[in-house]
Amino acid sequence: MFDNLTRLLRYRGLIQSLVARDLKARYRGSVLGFLWTFVNPVLLLLVYSFVFTTVMPNNVEGVQPYALFMFCGILPWNWFSSSLAESAGSLIAGGNLIKKVLFPAEILPIVSVLANMVNFLLGLLILVPGLIYFHRLHVSANLLWFPVAVVIQLVFTTGLALILAALTVHFRDIRDLLSNVLMLWFFATPIIYPWFQENVKKFRVLFNVNPFTHLAVSYQEILFYGPVGHWKWLLALGAGSVGLFLAGYWLFDRLRDSFAEAV
Amino acid sequence: MKPAIELVNVSKIYRRYGGRQFSTLKSALLQRSILRDLHPSETFPALTDVSFTVPRGSTYGVIGRNGSGKSTALKLVAGITKPTAGTVSVQGRISALIELGAGFHPEISGRENVFINGIMLGLTKHEIHDRFEEIVDFAELREFIDAPVKTYSSGMYMRLGFAVAIHVNPDVLLVDEVLAVGDEGFTHKCLDKFAEFKRSNKTILLVTHSLNLVERFCDEAFWLDAGRGMKHGDPKRVVGAYLTKVEEGEERLLATTTAKAVEEASRPGPADASGGQPQPAEQPLDPTSDMSQATEGRWGSREVEITDVTLLDRESQVSFVFHSGDPITIRLKVRATQPTADFVFGIGLFNADGVCCYGTNTYLEEMNPAGLTGDAEASFVIDSLDLVEGTYKLDVAVHKIDGFPYDYHRLLYTFRVKSRLHDVGIYRPRHRWAFSPNVTFKPDMDRS
Repeated sequence: MFDNLTRLLRYRGLIQSLVARDLKARYRGSVLGFLWTFVNPVLLLLVYSFVFTTVMPNNVEGVQPYALFMFCGILPWNWFSSSLAESAGSLIAGGNLIKKVLFPAEILPIVSVLANMVNFLLGLLILVPGLIYFHRLHVSANLLWFPVAVVIQLVFTTGLALILAALTVHFRDIRDLLSNVLMLWFFATPIIYPWFQENVKKFRVLFNVNPFTHLAVSYQEILFYGPVGHWKWLLALGAGSVGLFLAGYWLFDRLRDSFAEAV
Repeated sequence: MKPAIELVNVSKIYRRYGGRQFSTLKSALLQRSILRDLHPSETFPALTDVSFTVPRGSTYGVIGRNGSGKSTALKLVAGITKPTAGTVSVQGRISALIELGAGFHPEISGRENVFINGIMLGLTKHEIHDRFEEIVDFAELREFIDAPVKTYSSGMYMRLGFAVAIHVNPDVLLVDEVLAVGDEGFTHKCLDKFAEFKRSNKTILLVTHSLNLVERFCDEAFWLDAGRGMKHGDPKRVVGAYLTKVEEGEERLLATTTAKAVEEASRPGPADASGGQPQPAEQPLDPTSDMSQATEGRWGSREVEITDVTLLDRESQVSFVFHSGDPITIRLKVRATQPTADFVFGIGLFNADGVCCYGTNTYLEEMNPAGLTGDAEASFVIDSLDLVEGTYKLDVAVHKIDGFPYDYHRLLYTFRVKSRLHDVGIYRPRHRWAFSPNVTFKPDMDRS
């Protein structure tokens, strides 16, 4: 297993080109092309702004402008959920490669996660100017937590992506199940409502069990409302993520030989 | 020196993860038995105890019927799948031409795909950059290299895939039936490239149905049948043994086809239901009538019945496959329910298009019938079957001189003529070529 992990390093050139290809091919043929990477989050931001300032205004103290607050959680969530949705089908979609080319299969889910990470980082180019405009971004040592959160989310997402990719080969139903689970998970995470609301606090235990709570809250604290009080949870999640990644890789490695036959 | 490729007692059992998992995700999760449930329900042995060795620098051909495990063997050598038992060892960098252009992305340009495909096959960006021009020229795609691959024709797609794979510069090249990727010119270029590989002492493992290629190109051949190694060694001998086996199979197939045709035609159908009344001679033995429309059948009064028709080869053995130029005997067994002096034996030979190759009968050949009683035999002996390769059908009949049929078997008997030459037409006259001394030929035909 660890041999395979080091082998992965040798394939970093391939991972890099595949991520670039994914990003290029995604909008190829559309008029706006790569601009969609920016247009998509802007449109999303406008929709949320409209809904939460005009249709059902939310005036909770400390999270204004509300659309921007939600955006701090939605961007990482989109990275997370698209990564999982894409990796779950990645081995089946790349079946041709697995069956015909000598090729470490884990590259496929990893590429899905990384391509979505690049999209996430590009989305920040929309979010950050917004934060600066509304004077919400406090330049301080707190910002150093941001790369930590990104790395932890990367490890966590990759671990989960490997498990889902490997199991989906054998249980195709996971793909359909997953979209519903992700929907539920989204609403069960403090993304479109703030973490410190009274009715959320009542269920704090439940929220603490949800790993993405800690990522979302950390991003909100880092980018939006100041002191990073959640760092202990974040680091604990980091440790758990490494465990999840190793477990995921182990499972993937165990099932590896069955892919070429079952895909 | 270690051989380039070595397979020792390799078995590969494909597992079928049967249809049950569809309903068992829930139960698998509940019982925490995902890994256990992934154990196969059905198995299928693709290779059984196969061993072969390919010395460095040699070209090795693997032949066999469809489904005999050739491609599985290649995938094992490529490392794409793992053997269930036994060991596979390969020395040096492998490039597998198993599926050309696997992993091309349709939306991006040929140029970008060359780079990604090259990296997948183990080249570095720098190496691809150096070889890029060569690859594009080889694929003959200079004008289209910046167009998205989805706009390519399948030939262009394959050529590009082939060009990338062949420029990986491997020590061991695995080729799975991919030479049919281009027009004649491109095929020659590929063969030239293989010859160049051979000269630079690289190892080639070739899986193909083109026996011709194996004979001309390979140093050694290996014949797989139903996942077992049957024979390996000199390509000509292996191909010969394989062809013999193929003929046996064809022979069995033709035997069953014929038996079925006879049985069906002899079954009393609705037309015969009128109390076995003899039908009128609707189809007199006229070899010039349009046979492409004709269907199999049997009719006649059966006063003289053809009870058995067999084709005999040189050794008087029943056979359905003959080589062009072989002797063949068509033997009819007949039974006359009462003695008769009015009878004609006839035969007609048709090719697959329904063209009459030859037809004759005893009356046309001016034999005057005198008597036929009880069980009798009539043989039509051809000393040399001078027909080109193909499948042929046979009419046999016994009828009265005026054409009234006793027993007429139309196209019920099928046999195949094989030939090592691919000459065309129907009839191959006995022939030879003669030249003046200033026309010369090389001793062996070798187009590469």
